[in-house]
Amino acid sequence: MAIADEITLRIVLYEGAGAATLDAAERGSTLTALLGKGYAVTCAGSGAVAPADDSALLVLGRFENGQTPEAEDANGAVPIRFRDIDGLDSEGITALVEEERKSTQTAQHGEWKPWFPVIDYDRCTNCMQCLSFCLFDVYGVDDEQEIQVQNNDNCKTNCPACSRVCPEAAIMFPKYKSGPINGDVVSDGDLNREKMKIDISALLGGDIYQMLRDRSQRSRSRFSKERSSDKALGERTKCLTKLAAEADIDIPLEVLQSLPSADEIAEKSAAANAKATAALAAQKSG
Amino acid sequence: MADKPRILFCHCNYAQVVPEEVKAGVLQSLCESGQAFEAVADLCEMAARRDPALKRLAAGEAPVKIAACYPRAVKWLFGGCQAPLSADRTEVVNMRELSAKDAARALLDEKVTPNLAADGLAAATEGEKKI
Repeated sequence: MAIADEITLRIVLYEGAGAATLDAAERGSTLTALLGKGYAVTCAGSGAVAPADDSALLVLGRFENGQTPEAEDANGAVPIRFRDIDGLDSEGITALVEEERKSTQTAQHGEWKPWFPVIDYDRCTNCMQCLSFCLFDVYGVDDEQEIQVQNNDNCKTNCPACSRVCPEAAIMFPKYKSGPINGDVVSDGDLNREKMKIDISALLGGDIYQMLRDRSQRSRSRFSKERSSDKALGERTKCLTKLAAEADIDIPLEVLQSLPSADEIAEKSAAANAKATAALAAQKSG
Repeated sequence: MADKPRILFCHCNYAQVVPEEVKAGVLQSLCESGQAFEAVADLCEMAARRDPALKRLAAGEAPVKIAACYPRAVKWLFGGCQAPLSADRTEVVNMRELSAKDAARALLDEKVTPNLAADGLAAATEGEKKI
């Protein structure tokens, strides 16, 4: 099942009427443990919380006499469960929640590092550079030919390469180490720097994948004489490492090493370019 | 009471970009405050799974204060999931840049200073696009 189709469990830490109050340290350790396991927790207290939705609800509390209330959603849309946590430490509470998660068949968190591009539509000009650059089908267009992230789990963890080709610095990776890729404000200096990187890449012979194709082609012709696949692999790694350093593009080596073969790259690149060209043509005719 | 901001805290679980001591310090302050708040493990993960809870967290008339990372990133994490944050009722408290003390103070202050406007522009349209 795709992660977008999974239902998540909403936990409410209840300390209102009919339940005892936790002290701040207990509340903190419980929250830290549950957040660490990937859960979202509503901590009821003074003031408003977000309204309900269709998420499954698990209400935790130290209920009087261990008696959990009975309640149901008036519309019957939301399954609500209550569990008494009296006498449990944060570890025990987490174990209890895990049991509930399994029995409600709701999403398990933390199996995938959420690394994917986030488009700043205040800056995006819909130029399709990202679509034509990415070989992994992360990008696509909607019915109105506007760029969008369609397959975010295809994205290569820790690789921010597509953000480097965006002329407007409109592509963010919020977990990236530095700005503006991490979402920090874009300055004129940043824009110039990003543009300079694109120019450097152009001077080196087109886009990064073109460079890879060229290098790979050269390596292949050299090594076909030697017939040593190990040597070829070693040289490819060396070339890629050098290339990544030259272009200062911060693409992790493991991502470069996991790129498709040169022929596949050519094929994918052509397909991505065709998609971008078609989208741009549709924009103009529309 | 309707104008009292709701609070949302992101634990940024799956990366070490928000200093651990800041996250822990802010969470501790929230727990000590007695204020109601929402805590989520990782807004990026929620956006990746197009979690409908993002709409719930963005919804409502009350202003929202969000302890997370850069406002531009937070704005489009929500916007990309068709859960736009109100540009004039949302303040993002950046735990990547602030100390725990300053972040907690900003979060618990009932005064809301909206900061989701596009770069250099006045707060205008609410971001809504699709991933």
